[in-house]
Amino acid sequence: MAQLICENLALGYDGREILSDLNFSVDAGDYLCIVGENGSGKTTLMKTILGLQSPISGKLSMSDGLSQNEIGYLPQQTLVQRDFPASVWEIVLSGCQNSCGLRPFYNKAEKQLAKENIKKMELEPLVNRCYRELSGGQQQRVLLARALCATHKMLLLDEPVSGLDPKVTAEMYRLIEELNKKDGITVIMISHDLDAALQYANRILHIGKKVFFGTKEEYLKSEISGVFAKGDE
Amino acid sequence: MGEIFDKLSLYLQFPFVRYALIVGVLIALCSSLLGVTLVLKRFSFIGDGLSHVAFGAMAIASVLKMTNDMPLVLLITVICAILLLRTGQNTKIKGDAAVAMISVGALAIGYLLLNLFSTSGNLSGDVCTTLFGSTSILTLSQDEVWLCVVLSIIVVAVFILFYNKIFSVTFDESFARATGTNAGVYNLLIAIVIAVIIVLAMNLVGSLLISALVIFPALSAMRIFKSFKSVTLCSAVLSVFCTLAGMIISILSGTPVGSTIVAADIAAFLIFYIIGMFSGGSKK
Repeated sequence: MAQLICENLALGYDGREILSDLNFSVDAGDYLCIVGENGSGKTTLMKTILGLQSPISGKLSMSDGLSQNEIGYLPQQTLVQRDFPASVWEIVLSGCQNSCGLRPFYNKAEKQLAKENIKKMELEPLVNRCYRELSGGQQQRVLLARALCATHKMLLLDEPVSGLDPKVTAEMYRLIEELNKKDGITVIMISHDLDAALQYANRILHIGKKVFFGTKEEYLKSEISGVFAKGDE
Repeated sequence: MGEIFDKLSLYLQFPFVRYALIVGVLIALCSSLLGVTLVLKRFSFIGDGLSHVAFGAMAIASVLKMTNDMPLVLLITVICAILLLRTGQNTKIKGDAAVAMISVGALAIGYLLLNLFSTSGNLSGDVCTTLFGSTSILTLSQDEVWLCVVLSIIVVAVFILFYNKIFSVTFDESFARATGTNAGVYNLLIAIVIAVIIVLAMNLVGSLLISALVIFPALSAMRIFKSFKSVTLCSAVLSVFCTLAGMIISILSGTPVGSTIVAADIAAFLIFYIIGMFSGGSKK
């Protein structure tokens, strides 16, 4: 059953349209990769899915018990975070914010959830460490654990491996795949890494001048994949 | 040593000295709480900008010959704080430029108004007092002390109640918004609280030195401590300690209150910096 459906979506900012007539749907348990050139509107699409900005026209709907604030989001790191004095524990716990509502403090269940996700991301030895002292890969895992605290259903990853070395990249992809396969969490990933997209994803959304949406196999047969793969290298 | 204590206990018999110490401690506590957030959000100078706005507002109040200028100053400063934090988010005028614009603008207009309409004989003395605090902390009336106490309690209560929200909005605003936290409301809350703190702190250190009170404790604490909670607690304790030390020194040796407090903050920062260097705390 579809968790997320986009119909005739037009996106843009400041009234300027950069992407129009977008149709796609995401089912529970899917692993969707969004690829496209820089400036093709990947980030705008992601912000729209997250409800950070509204579409110019068209419809974006969630069903199957998914609501907008139940999407776990792994953003690209900002400059502020690089020297932020916060422990791993504090950051992971802050992912539980959406279930808090107006309640000022976290309850036991939320702390337990944070603990489980720290374990799942293999961060237990680092739990009291300072975020800014961790390596890039460790920081990404902390942010992923935080995203998991916010969702049981859908993860949205914005270039989760940018700036990581090949070994850590593989590790990161393994963790994400595990979440998708074992826990049945829907994954939507924005990526420049077409090889990885083709290796892990079961659906591809290619946006740009030409738009493609379909399964991995269909994408490989279509001519658009060739153009992008060549243009990217 | 005994002589110093004698002198101190003599001064402490005066109610206005006791008021000053109470208010000083409260202001130090409040101002340090949001310091961490401001430094991390790259808003260190917003305190400075707002304090100049408060100066301008005070000038307007004195031109209008208002006897109690606190409500008007508070209102204008809160409005400007909201405007400033808003522009921080849209890109037409960048945050730092907006702060610079409003702060120097308010300073100039304030001084102009005072010059044109002032009835006081000692204009430069008045201006100097407002800018550097000097003696106003020692001339607080009982009502003003109560107002300070109430506002401080509100600030601390708001901070504790929204501590987790403030943390997530500071650390990662887009994540907070994506998971349904209304970041706009909390940014607004932060802006209002900052404005209240600034207006309070003007009594203590004057409008030019407020930034020091807000950012020094936070920066010092960040040298050594590694979690948000410990940094916040440390900067609160440090701020209260430095303010008390600064006030007592200034009472005993007759130096200006505001600048003595800031000097104490700077000394604490240097000490923390050196400790941080040796323990390797802040360096990567």
